[in-house]
Amino acid sequence: MTQEKLASATTPVVAEPPRAWTRRHLLDVDDFTPAEIEAVMQTTDAMKEVMGRDVPRVPALRGKTIVTLFYETSTRTRASFELAGKALGADVINISAGGSSVEKGESLIDTVRTLQAVGADILVMRHWAAGAPYLVARHLQSAVINAGDGAHAHPTQALLDLYTIRNHLGDIRGRRVVIVGDIEHSRVARSNIWALSSMGAQVVVCAPPTLLPTAIRSPAAGRGSIPNGNSSESLALPPVEVETHLDRALESAEVVMTLRLQKERMQSGLLPSLREYATLYQLNEERISRARTGALVMHPGPMNEGIEISPGLASSLQSVIEEQVTNGVAVRMAVLYLIARGAKP
Amino acid sequence: MAELALSLRRGGFSLTGIPVDGHVILSAEDIRRAVRRIAHEIVERNHGLSSLALVGMHTRGVPLAHRLAEAIHEFEGESVPVGELDIGLYRDDISSLELRPRLQRTEMPVDIDGWRVVLVDDVLYTGRSIRAAMDALTDFGRPASIQLAVFVDRGHRELPIRPDYVGKNIPTAMQESVQVLLEETDGRDEVRIMRTEGEV
Repeated sequence: MTQEKLASATTPVVAEPPRAWTRRHLLDVDDFTPAEIEAVMQTTDAMKEVMGRDVPRVPALRGKTIVTLFYETSTRTRASFELAGKALGADVINISAGGSSVEKGESLIDTVRTLQAVGADILVMRHWAAGAPYLVARHLQSAVINAGDGAHAHPTQALLDLYTIRNHLGDIRGRRVVIVGDIEHSRVARSNIWALSSMGAQVVVCAPPTLLPTAIRSPAAGRGSIPNGNSSESLALPPVEVETHLDRALESAEVVMTLRLQKERMQSGLLPSLREYATLYQLNEERISRARTGALVMHPGPMNEGIEISPGLASSLQSVIEEQVTNGVAVRMAVLYLIARGAKP
Repeated sequence: MAELALSLRRGGFSLTGIPVDGHVILSAEDIRRAVRRIAHEIVERNHGLSSLALVGMHTRGVPLAHRLAEAIHEFEGESVPVGELDIGLYRDDISSLELRPRLQRTEMPVDIDGWRVVLVDDVLYTGRSIRAAMDALTDFGRPASIQLAVFVDRGHRELPIRPDYVGKNIPTAMQESVQVLLEETDGRDEVRIMRTEGEV
């Protein structure tokens, strides 16, 4: 066969998309390729269609068992994983650390092995310790999805935020996205920085210096401070713009994402007072006018209205906070579907 | 390079998975005629176009459904609603799907309750895709009837499913494959048959 014949016979306008998903676990988005993120986004579109039906239910994961194991409280993440699993026809079992054998002193590994033994195909877990899902993934045959580990990662939140932004702005390459708040202790910020950067957004983080990660405060170090991390690679963060003055950060922003301020930060002396934080860093109607007209206002929830965001702005037309929650279900359906499809029986 | 040479020797697959040899069984002209004949048959069997919708199955059933609708519009002067369906969420073999393309758009043009729905696909083989498509359709409502139009029926059914409209019956061996190429998705119109020797 000559090169010429080969070339002339193989010029499809639309080739079959390449295999873009081979992962067994979803632990973070820090090593995602843009193609993998696209695969999640496109699958989420299909899941949105399912959610729009009168009976939002398909049999794609029939016979699969999903266990949610939460060592920390959660409303929307847990509820949306449960709804997502059920919409795909899977059986979903919810386990909280409180009320389970964890209270009797059972170790994390023993607990997850038990869940695997009773037939969990996919384990969705949230843990207060950064790295816990990585440890579990090494000990299990079941697939593991990280629903938040300490201050490290919250990959499905980053994916749903990305999906929400793309729904409004289309391609996010070069778009200025500002993340305001306790960046240092936020797994949401960390995963969002990875996902947004890999899709080419211009990420700006804005916080009082005490709430910025060391990796960002001193770029020379190039390292974050994630406890229990194994590979030093995973400790770095992609380059972002840092701004401690909110009004400056908001200049020409197209998306502003504000984070929940955990009140315990005051006790540890990182902030002088809640009132000072609200004065300097609250996102409100007046401040948002410095951003581009119609800039999207986002919050991963739960909100402290009156502290990091004003009640008026949270319920304004610019706010897509409720949409984030709705998209959360579709994104989690997509992730469950892709993981289940990739997992070997 | 060694891999390329091997794949060419084995069955003539290019790197994109599009066959580069094999036997052409329908030319662009043949496909055009089949579209027009099936379009006539659909109108004839349904005594017109009232409450009639076409639903193309991804990937190549979708452009075929649009071509049928265009042909019908040409003869009858009326439009037929066209929908599209991805059956990915209804397949019974999820764990062995790694090589399948991702989920594509599903959209019903009408509330299909009480409508006569013609499913359109390129190749009818085991019938499992059609089973999945019927499950999907019934999740959207209760059509008055579901009919099936395929461009190639290659036999080897594993389920009690038969087509209502057929472009061409092509008896095949299990180790052969039928490839429908369309202008919209592949850059040209052609149906080929080839030996796969377990490659696809």
